[in-house]
Amino acid sequence: MTTANQQPTLSVLGASKRFAGVIALNDVSIDLWPGEVHALVGENGAGKSTLIKLITGVYQLDEGEVRYQGEVAHFRSPRDAQLAGIQTIYQEVHLAPQLSVARNVFLGREPHRWGSIDLRRMNRESAEILARYGIVADVKRPLGELGLGVQQMVAVARAVSADAGVVIMDEPTSSLEPREVDKLLNVVGLLKEQGVAIVYVSHKLDEIFRACDKVTVLRDGKLVSTGPVAELNRLQLISRMLGRDASDLETSRTQFGRDSEIAAEEPVLVVKDLARRLVLDDISLVVRPGEVVGLAGLLGSGRSETAKAIFGAMPLDAGSVTMNGHTYARNTPASRIHSGVALLPEDRKVEGIIPGMSIKDNIALASLDQLSRAGFVSRKKQDEIVDIFMKRLRIKASGPDQKVQELSGGNQQKVLLARLLCLNPKVLLLDEPTRGIDVGAKAEVQALVAELAAKGMGVVLISSELEEVVEGSDTVLVLRDGAALGSLFGDEISEDAIMTMIAGAAADESEAAH
Amino acid sequence: MTAVTPGEVTSRIRAPRITADWVRDKGVYIALVLLIVFNVLFTPHFNEFSNVQLIMRQVAAVLIVSLGMLMVIGTGGIDLSVGATMAIAGSVLGLAVSDGAAVSGGLGLDLTLSIILAILAGLLVGLFNGFVVGVLGVQPLVATLSLLVAGRGLALVLTSGGLVQLFIPGLNKLSVNNLWGLPYVIVIALVLVAIVAVLVRRTTFGYRLVAIGGNRRASVLAGLPVRRTIITVYALSGALAAIAGIIATARTHAADPSYLGLGYELNAITAVVVGGSALAGGKVRVLGTVAGAVLMQVLTSTLAAHNYKDSQTEIVQAAIIIAAVYIQRSSRSSE
Repeated sequence: MTTANQQPTLSVLGASKRFAGVIALNDVSIDLWPGEVHALVGENGAGKSTLIKLITGVYQLDEGEVRYQGEVAHFRSPRDAQLAGIQTIYQEVHLAPQLSVARNVFLGREPHRWGSIDLRRMNRESAEILARYGIVADVKRPLGELGLGVQQMVAVARAVSADAGVVIMDEPTSSLEPREVDKLLNVVGLLKEQGVAIVYVSHKLDEIFRACDKVTVLRDGKLVSTGPVAELNRLQLISRMLGRDASDLETSRTQFGRDSEIAAEEPVLVVKDLARRLVLDDISLVVRPGEVVGLAGLLGSGRSETAKAIFGAMPLDAGSVTMNGHTYARNTPASRIHSGVALLPEDRKVEGIIPGMSIKDNIALASLDQLSRAGFVSRKKQDEIVDIFMKRLRIKASGPDQKVQELSGGNQQKVLLARLLCLNPKVLLLDEPTRGIDVGAKAEVQALVAELAAKGMGVVLISSELEEVVEGSDTVLVLRDGAALGSLFGDEISEDAIMTMIAGAAADESEAAH
Repeated sequence: MTAVTPGEVTSRIRAPRITADWVRDKGVYIALVLLIVFNVLFTPHFNEFSNVQLIMRQVAAVLIVSLGMLMVIGTGGIDLSVGATMAIAGSVLGLAVSDGAAVSGGLGLDLTLSIILAILAGLLVGLFNGFVVGVLGVQPLVATLSLLVAGRGLALVLTSGGLVQLFIPGLNKLSVNNLWGLPYVIVIALVLVAIVAVLVRRTTFGYRLVAIGGNRRASVLAGLPVRRTIITVYALSGALAAIAGIIATARTHAADPSYLGLGYELNAITAVVVGGSALAGGKVRVLGTVAGAVLMQVLTSTLAAHNYKDSQTEIVQAAIIIAAVYIQRSSRSSE
């Protein structure tokens, strides 16, 4: 453990970085002390990634310096930084899925014996490393066969087993279940005890208050504040990130009390007994105009699968989807879109955006038929509708011709929402609409959903943040292991009620097992 | 998530800089201009009009094949069967236009009808490719590789294994006549360039093919008719290859199933890639492809004019392909 008069493991002093003349980071200084978990927060464009990339040698400083273990560090590449003991764990697992867990733990520094890889030693040692951090996994299995959570833990184990001085975690929990988050935070605790300095980038305030000692807030490339987490409350932290008054943050909540009006409407979407072996077990739900139906459950409970099944993007063994009283035989996304259903997919990058295409082409993509005559796209119509939605959703970009891959996550998500809204759908399926986007964009998206529902659109809302489901939904369907546990309406909806329902089912199961 | 990425920043400023992206976008044109300047200065007879016409005649067929290849590659696919398709079209043309006395199985049809039949044959081959790739889900490389082999066999079977000599006045005209100084074949190629450019940039079909190449799963979830688009793209590639096959047949006065269109698939892929389109799909550059095809043709003639052997020419071509692919890669990693 450390004492107060020791030096910081890593210091950034007056760091500045420009890209083509624009300042991305302006005179930022932070100290990372051994055995300290340091949260790094800020909206998109705040400079978090730039700061991390300067520390890890991806970018070079324009001004200022980085001191590592008391000496000025010049990392010319990420490998330099890694060799010096600065390890980074990214949001997405950057490992080799076909190789075994053990191979991944030792990737790039395999133990050798007589000129070939010492498999036995590698398996043994990686099992020891994983056990030390409470990770249960067969080290001989291919990494890709494990759950995302376990993969993330393997990435952590890999990073920390390499004698790390600094471990940087860039939104490590964004694809983890609560139980897995607990495990990860335990590992963070262990690293702390070993005297590692940890940088923890996260959008999740819970985790910051739970696991971090200090927090540095960046905004527009500048340092807003840096200091102990204990000195701030949530509202103060959010207001520093957003640069707004704390009182402004209360505006985006859904209004309750419309429940009776909604209940009087005829359902627009009726889903009956969707079933697929090992995935979905007779899921039924009803969405009325203006109603937000939340799907709650843990990761892997069948939330996303339900949305995909409704949208015709997953083969089914049984079940029917009825829109406005009409049951469609064809189960394809195209026919669902035709009937008035639109899906915002879970994985924005893999299932949503066309990265190399412009904003305007991405927005128009699903509604090309409406924007064209005899197969020719009307530039005028396209520009009009793109202009409307870029303004309405406040998409921040240099212009409609900018490529989507250059946008921040929040703006990419808005582009996808615009694509769906162009279709003028009657039912919107939103799978993780606010995952991985900054606090400001998140509030905007949530407000938009509430507004669309108020105007009569039916919404199915999936979020791994329980708070979002609770605040945004009129009805909540609770799922577990691909089956529906029950529904909550109006005032019954609370985080406690949902968790009790999930926990209750789990308790039943364990009793049944005895 | 990410803070300020370089892309975000440069887009605000738009300062012209020599980056990998810039080289990829403009490189083919600059290389072409440099090569032409070199030729004008150092290659005897290069800027004589007859030589320019010759280059146009030589480049027309490969340019037309490249247009189809461009659309296929745009969807993230590849069409290795284009050379064989050219041979099939040549054989169909030869068989249709010759009379039974001259060639066994000859139909003795009118030239226009024969040309239409040849193009339809190419379209059929393309539809078959499209079905295998789009509906059966076979990898494009494998699906079209099988036709690269089988297609040429089919072309040989059609002509009973031999070469069909074709001295048809109409075909000869196609090959040697000019329109205001421009060879007919290049006029045809340019009209096709214009059609493909409009298809890609202005039509729903073009938007979709680029989207499918950019992110196929996202395209499915956006409700695009992915199968139909893929089938169409391969069908067009087949039809364009057939047109090129007819032009090549006219040029050699013979339908030669063993050699007609041999290696054209590689020339077409080269033109597309050198022209700055992404080999993985999602980026379709029509003018770049034209410049790419012309660049490779001029390069070949230049080296020939300076007495380099074919084998040496091929090495230079290979170097250019590697450079083009390298530029693509380096620009991707900077994004």
